[in-house]
Amino acid sequence: MGTALDIKIKRANKVYRCGEVLSGVVVITSKDTVQHQGISLTMEGSVNLQLSAKSVGVFEAFYNSVKPIQIINSTIEMVKPGKLPSGKTEIPFEFPLHMKGNKVLYETYHGVFVNIQYTLRCDMRRSLLAKDLTKTCEFIVHSLSQKGKLMPSPVDFTITPETLQNVKERASLPKFLIRGHLSSTNCIITQPLTGELVVENAEAAVKSIELQLVRVETCGCAEGYARDATEIQNIQIADGDVCRGLPIPIYMVFPRLFTCPTLETTNFKVGECVGLYAVLVSFI
Amino acid sequence: MNDLFCKRAVSLNSTYFSTCISFCNYACIYVDIGYVSLSQVCGYLYACILSLYSFFLRHARSRNYVSESEVCKLESVPLDFGDYHPLKPITVTESKTKKMNRKGSTSSTSSSSSSSVMDPLSSVLDGTDPLSLFAAAADPVTTTATMDSTRKKRDKDDSSAVGSDFEPWSSKRGEILSRYTTTEKLSIVSGSFSRKATTTGSAVSEKVRTRLEELDDLEEGSQKELLNLTQQDYMNRIEELNQSLKDAWSSDQKVKALKIVIQCSKLLSDTTVIQFYPSKFVLITDILDTFGKLVYERILSMCVDSRVSLPDNFSPESVNDTAKETCLNWFFKIASIRELIPRFYVEAAILKCNKFLSKTGISECLPRLTSMIRGIGDPLVAVYARAYLCRVGSPIKYLFTATCFCLLFQQIHGDTVQNQLVVQCVEIPLYLTLYSPAIDWILQCIAYRAPEVLLTEMMERCRKLGNNALLLNSVMSAFRAEFIAARSMDFIGMIKECDESGFPKHLLFRSLGLNLALADPPENDRLQILNEAWKVITKLKNPQDYINCAEVWVEYTCRHFTNREINTVLADVIKHMTPDRAFEDAYPQLQSIIQKVITYIYDFSLLFSVEKFLPFLDMFQKESVRVEVCKCIMESFIKHQQESTKDPVILNALLHICKTMHDSVNALTLEDEKRMLAALINGFIKMVSFGRDFEQQLSFYVEARSMFCNLEPVLVQLIHSVNQLAMETRKVMKGNHSRKTAAFVRACVAFCFITIPSLSSIFTRLNLYLHSGQVALANQCLSQADAFFKAAVSLVPEVPKMISVDGKMRPSDAFLLEFLCNFFSTLLVVPDHPEQGVLFLVRGLLNVIQDYTWEDNSDDKVRIYTNVLHLLSAMTQEAYIYHVDKVDSNDTLYGGDSKFLTEINKLCETVIAQILDHLKTLGKEETLKRQSQLALYFFNTILAHGDLRNNKLNQLSVNLWNLAQKHGFADTKTMVKTLEYIKRRSKQPEMSHFTDLALRLPLQSRT
Repeated sequence: MGTALDIKIKRANKVYRCGEVLSGVVVITSKDTVQHQGISLTMEGSVNLQLSAKSVGVFEAFYNSVKPIQIINSTIEMVKPGKLPSGKTEIPFEFPLHMKGNKVLYETYHGVFVNIQYTLRCDMRRSLLAKDLTKTCEFIVHSLSQKGKLMPSPVDFTITPETLQNVKERASLPKFLIRGHLSSTNCIITQPLTGELVVENAEAAVKSIELQLVRVETCGCAEGYARDATEIQNIQIADGDVCRGLPIPIYMVFPRLFTCPTLETTNFKVGECVGLYAVLVSFI
Repeated sequence: MNDLFCKRAVSLNSTYFSTCISFCNYACIYVDIGYVSLSQVCGYLYACILSLYSFFLRHARSRNYVSESEVCKLESVPLDFGDYHPLKPITVTESKTKKMNRKGSTSSTSSSSSSSVMDPLSSVLDGTDPLSLFAAAADPVTTTATMDSTRKKRDKDDSSAVGSDFEPWSSKRGEILSRYTTTEKLSIVSGSFSRKATTTGSAVSEKVRTRLEELDDLEEGSQKELLNLTQQDYMNRIEELNQSLKDAWSSDQKVKALKIVIQCSKLLSDTTVIQFYPSKFVLITDILDTFGKLVYERILSMCVDSRVSLPDNFSPESVNDTAKETCLNWFFKIASIRELIPRFYVEAAILKCNKFLSKTGISECLPRLTSMIRGIGDPLVAVYARAYLCRVGSPIKYLFTATCFCLLFQQIHGDTVQNQLVVQCVEIPLYLTLYSPAIDWILQCIAYRAPEVLLTEMMERCRKLGNNALLLNSVMSAFRAEFIAARSMDFIGMIKECDESGFPKHLLFRSLGLNLALADPPENDRLQILNEAWKVITKLKNPQDYINCAEVWVEYTCRHFTNREINTVLADVIKHMTPDRAFEDAYPQLQSIIQKVITYIYDFSLLFSVEKFLPFLDMFQKESVRVEVCKCIMESFIKHQQESTKDPVILNALLHICKTMHDSVNALTLEDEKRMLAALINGFIKMVSFGRDFEQQLSFYVEARSMFCNLEPVLVQLIHSVNQLAMETRKVMKGNHSRKTAAFVRACVAFCFITIPSLSSIFTRLNLYLHSGQVALANQCLSQADAFFKAAVSLVPEVPKMISVDGKMRPSDAFLLEFLCNFFSTLLVVPDHPEQGVLFLVRGLLNVIQDYTWEDNSDDKVRIYTNVLHLLSAMTQEAYIYHVDKVDSNDTLYGGDSKFLTEINKLCETVIAQILDHLKTLGKEETLKRQSQLALYFFNTILAHGDLRNNKLNQLSVNLWNLAQKHGFADTKTMVKTLEYIKRRSKQPEMSHFTDLALRLPLQSRT
């Protein structure tokens, strides 16, 4: 391979916001001079929806995948057909990130059923004898920070055997009381989720307390809505038989890319919620 | 003759002979021919020489030593010893010269020499010492090469100025590893990260292999659990993991590296085999530290723009985006680790990287990590997690509330832990000691340079917290000793009333004792403290517990109390340790008790007045330990004993101790060990003195000889000491022995005479014979002296060709040459035995030399013969150059009798014939150089000692001169100087014949 194509985005973290200018360079390295039919750069942004097999059936899920919704798409011709000198050639580029019409630039998100992705693709068309060269590179879009201060809405919770829902034999459960609070139910995505939890009493020894972050994705299509909840991450906040009455911190950093601010559009909806698991072990 | 004298001056113990030799005479002789010593030349003219020799030395030059010495003596100059010393380094030249100028008025010679001539050594060393110069030049190289290591060091030390008085973790590490061990089988869960790990896995015994289990885990597919590992296997495995971490890192597999680290830290949540946990913590945190360092250095290297590295205290603004992004990535990745304990440890490991993100990053993270620990259920794991946090966070700033401890102790006594302990069969006292390293460390971090107020507050809090023994112990080991010592009564109170909860009290007393050994408690409390503490200690049943405590408290006792208390304490120790031979298991502690006692009491008369000291020593029944202890005592004796002693208590005790050391010597004892023991015993012997009671002194030496017969150096020392004793006696009697003293001196001489043959080293024997002979001579024991010299003469043929010097084989001829020269110079003053022939000893020695098998290619024999000529020439003088006081030498005995002179001349002829014969054999091509050298040496001898007015002798010397330069091996410079010397001599009165001689000596210019 004599010729290599690469895209370098100026920002190291590749994060851009709506209204900013995406800039960078296309780097072409080659030992010899390169003959080409033109180099173009395409910026694409789309939402991919995938129907869950659970809600609509396997076949439909396979065939009926919803068409990607395009958010942004623009192409520029960087170099006219001609020759590039040997060695390293850098071609700078700039793309303004603007909303097109009423299409909002959603935040990048990699979910199970919903995917929002932005890519840059560079194509070098070449003559019949040589293959065309393509290079794609993902960049990340963050939505503008919401205007107006978010009001923190703390919430307290209590877990006892009585509050559990899907339990069959309530009598066999050991007695326990877990109290706690989350500092806010609406979180800023860049800030961690915080809170506290106290094991007031428990008859059996606690083995582990875990925090589960769950996303709820809803896809809308012709047949109606499909709503699915899947786990994003699960972290342990207590290991072993913890002290009774000692507050244990709840702290979770939202993983990047796999979470996004709660979204509601006509076609799809993404939301998150947190679950708490306490694993109790009794020695009877 | 100069050779003889110089050497003798060096080798003789000057005290013996200073009385009989006037050293000032040497100077003139030295000046006479000193410059010839290394002449090199050649030539041959045997025929002429041979015809001449028989006339030589009939006219040995007659000398007037007194007038010669006056002519040649250096001008005597009064020296100001108080100020000037030739070896004193000259530091400041300016002031020095000033000083010298001032002194110039009193002593011209010394001032001119020292002010004009700078000390060559110090001038070289002055500032620009070549070595340090070189080092300075090499410095840049080393700095670049070691930049990494220095950076690491910097990282470790951190910028927060931890002083050297802060005991670093690295020093605790080893202690923990050695203390917390187990014989239980361990298990380890690890992914097959390294090829090595799997291969060794299969190499381990079959049993282990069959126990390999695969656990399926979604994330790390190929995990294996190794069971039944011994502790060593376990440590090896962890080391392997450490290695594979480094490998993965260097091969750019960062994710794998992270996985390894997570795996490792997961091991820390496992508390099966709980006794091993502290050591496990140490091992695994080592890996974590490595990881933290790797990440930090990588990010730091990303910050380096155009090879300008960041300064030490960089601000986050100067860090570029890529580095920040990488750093953030690490934190995000770690935040999503599922398990609590790995998440905590890995984040703590890279805590330092927060520096790249924001200034306050570290201080913001610490409280969060601290509260995270609350989620850890097992109290032991939690405490160690805290300790780790203290270690990575800059230790001083980190504080945490004591309430954690409070809850901790509730937990320890909770059901879960109790159940676990029952399962593992671990008792509570043992379990509690597992906490010590972590709590010690935490408290040390808090207490480091903390103000008094804070410490007091913490102490109060501990008291309020139910006065927990475990906590109290850690407080005592972590806080400043002065702080503890000042409140020792409080502490004793707290220890007494503290709730034991399983933690053994004797450990508490031990910790307190350790503090008191470092710092002094208030004067008034001292006795009470001892009483209170000892009351508890003495009640301890288990001898091991007892001795551990006692060991510490002995130091306190020695420091502040008198013999009486020490005696009581030692008696108590003996009482406790004797039953069932408990002392056998406590040798190290007992040894350290002895050491402490002798560091504080170094007055030995006081020490041995402690009644129980010797009974205490009797407890050391294992020989090696016993000898060690004896060595310590003797070392301290030699170090501290200022003046000699005759105290019978000390002598008896120390003789006993020395005897013990001596008796430990056997065939297997190493040379070094023997040397050391001998040095110690010698030091003791030197310190013994009975003053004017010489008889007793001698009987002491006799006793010592019988006790220490296996150590040769001691015997040698004894011989020297006895010789010295004889000379002392002589000094006391001012040279005139009474009948009694004469008998005593003869006894001394007899002592030496019978002791010397028991030595093995031949040169030691020879020299001692000579020395003792000289001493005997000085004490007018003529026949005894004769016996010594005869013994020496008969010993010479036994000298081997090679002798071992410092373990290496060396040719012995140099030593023999030196000895013989020394011997001959002594023989000058030895009077002939009336019943033996003239010069009996000299003849005897010459015969021995004749028969001795010399090396084929050495000229030593001829050199000795030439030196014998010096002796013979000195013997023909009317008055000898030196005498032994009150002993008539041959000059007086024969009074220059012509028969005597004829005998000497005959002897000379024989010797010269030998020399010339030898010169003849050196006529071959390859030996011409040696021939030339010897010829010149001989020439110089004749020049100095022969009477050159004798024509034949004159002719011989001319021939030798020619021989010396015949083959061009002569050093022209030397020849020219020799000639100049002859010319200069010719100007002196009665030396006019030298003028003619000078004319007859041609100088050969070298072509």
